[in-house]
Amino acid sequence: MTLLRWFGRKTFSHGVHPQAHKEDTADKPIRRLPFAPRMVVPLAQHLGKPSRPIVKVGEEVGRGQLIAEADGFMSVPQHAPATGVVEAITLMPSAQGPRVPAIVIRVYEASNQEVLWRTPRDMDALTPEQIVQAVQDTGLVGLGGAAFPSHVKLKVPAGAVIDTLIVNGCECEPYLTTDHRVMVEQGPDLIRGTQYAMRVVGAKRAIIGVEDNKPDAIAAIRQHLPADGSISVEAVETKYPQGAEKMLITSLLGREVPSGGLPAQIGVVVNNVGTLTALGRLLPRGEGLIERVITVAGPGVKKPGNYLVPIGTPLRFLLNYVGFSGSEQEVILGGPMMGNAVSSLDVPVTKGSSGVLVLSSSEIQAETRRIHPCIKCGKCVAACPMHLNPTQLGLLAAKREYEVMAERFHLKDCIECGCCSFVCPSSIPLVQYFRIAKSILRERAA
Amino acid sequence: MAALGVALAVLLAIASRRLYVFEDPRIDEVEEMLPHSNCGACGTPGCRPFAEMLIKGEVEPGQCTVNSADANQEIADYLGVDVGNIEKQVARLACAGGVHVARTRARYQGMKSCRAASLVSGGGKGCTWGCLGLGDCEVVCDFDAITMNRHSLPVVDAAKCTACGDCVEVCPKDLFSLQPVSRHLWVACRNKQPGDEAELECEVACTACARCAADAPEGLISMQNELAVIDYSKNALASRIAIERCPTGAIVWLDDKTGPQRGRDAKKVVRQEALPIG
Repeated sequence: MTLLRWFGRKTFSHGVHPQAHKEDTADKPIRRLPFAPRMVVPLAQHLGKPSRPIVKVGEEVGRGQLIAEADGFMSVPQHAPATGVVEAITLMPSAQGPRVPAIVIRVYEASNQEVLWRTPRDMDALTPEQIVQAVQDTGLVGLGGAAFPSHVKLKVPAGAVIDTLIVNGCECEPYLTTDHRVMVEQGPDLIRGTQYAMRVVGAKRAIIGVEDNKPDAIAAIRQHLPADGSISVEAVETKYPQGAEKMLITSLLGREVPSGGLPAQIGVVVNNVGTLTALGRLLPRGEGLIERVITVAGPGVKKPGNYLVPIGTPLRFLLNYVGFSGSEQEVILGGPMMGNAVSSLDVPVTKGSSGVLVLSSSEIQAETRRIHPCIKCGKCVAACPMHLNPTQLGLLAAKREYEVMAERFHLKDCIECGCCSFVCPSSIPLVQYFRIAKSILRERAA
Repeated sequence: MAALGVALAVLLAIASRRLYVFEDPRIDEVEEMLPHSNCGACGTPGCRPFAEMLIKGEVEPGQCTVNSADANQEIADYLGVDVGNIEKQVARLACAGGVHVARTRARYQGMKSCRAASLVSGGGKGCTWGCLGLGDCEVVCDFDAITMNRHSLPVVDAAKCTACGDCVEVCPKDLFSLQPVSRHLWVACRNKQPGDEAELECEVACTACARCAADAPEGLISMQNELAVIDYSKNALASRIAIERCPTGAIVWLDDKTGPQRGRDAKKVVRQEALPIG
């Protein structure tokens, strides 16, 4: 453990300190985005099986209406983000690349913010199993970016005993202020959602971990903490990737998730603040997840800010609304460290999109540097939060020795945070190599 | 010291007698006649294991696709077995969308690798099934059988291709497959969009108009997922008649001497330079 930990500062070892760039949007309240004339709701916005559409082309749908049902446990349903008519169920571009089946809704001009479909429920009467089912019915996924179905995460594996629920409010990615604003503005929902999650997993305490560059968020949540002391807020060091669940567990509890294991094995479940806030708001009302908060930032945007965006809004509509100019720009979905450049502005905002970043051409030029040979300086080794050896992995990747990377150098423990690429003085795209290697190994295993 | 040397020498002498493993000398001989490429096209890990299996009679010499027919005949004569009737296979690309006919919607400027590009929202190509043209297959081919043409499409030299399957594995869009040379009819498209939308992305996309299926003998070609699919179990019925009325030229007649031939009604591609990005 680092020296800082001995002095009582909550942190993990290694990691990097990228420039935060949060000042443009951190103090901007969440604002609603109007409806786009056409919404695209992909059937696979989550990890797991795509949902099954239950509406037909030409059918009218109300805001909040169930339009696709979950296909098995490892799947979530989808709800209509606005009142309108189903125009098509067809292949549409996705942020991941391939065209995927999606429900296209032509939104009525008179569509308003009222959620027409809801089934309010008495949360106190539900058993943990019923809550898990209720969570699945809301269509909720991890809003931090991974889009892992929330009900699967809350379903504790048999035999595991959970003592602590960790609520991840780090938001360590530069530029993004989504979770920050949610914590400042929606404290009561967050606390309620946290209490539901604690009931489901059977945890006695919950810790909300927030990076210490967000004192206003910490202060805002403290006002709403329940009197019994079961939920606490802890400040953790501002360092990337503090918001990776394994890092946060180490920072807060000093426990380490075993290689290839799950946090549940060491008695912990981690959930993002955005996810639990949505849980706290949607569960009692019995509504589906139809909108989420997104940070739109970067030098290419005229009105950067935090927007409450209906899921399915095409990026083009969102960017036109906030004002962006020119075409020689790079649009990144997610943060600059782990987000992906999008190749089409027709892709919709999905449940897992936490931010849209628009970089102008001058920054892209500066970042497209020449790749030099590895000088074995070891900076990547000192930066890797998973304590892997990116130098060795990089050399093996160049030789396409993917099996050796996985078997001897723990490639599968790589969380693709990008710290190695970030610090490399030779500009070697290490994390890209590892993503390639992982994708080929996944294909070979299939 | 001398005594120790003698004692160990005796030990080694005994060991070499007692632990002697008989190895068929023909394995070395046959291995010499194999190409030493260790490419794995025959399905074994390399040339030596293939030689061992040849001696045991588990495989036929013809299964080595890298050796010339003469060299395989030589092995067959040496072992006194039949050379085996293995049809030559060639890697075929199921895409004809070069940058002059297929739309590029965004400029990709990351690592020059199809695999890397496909991980960044599928690469910059409008057709998300199509060839990204960054040449992972050209790099991986050990036999120099693949070269990228001026439109950023790989061209397979059928004479050099040994059907080792490396390009099949490396392509992130899964566009390569190994096909026997007797299969001349070929659908060079994987776009699953409806006809009009597919054609917007790429001039040579299959629009699933079903003319090829109507013209070809019954059952040879069918329409599945907005694509023409050839049933190669009926390959003997295949003729050029199926390609003649194809409006986009997505279905071609493969001829390794002249290259793929498009039908009579296929619209002519005059453009040579790349389409503008956007």
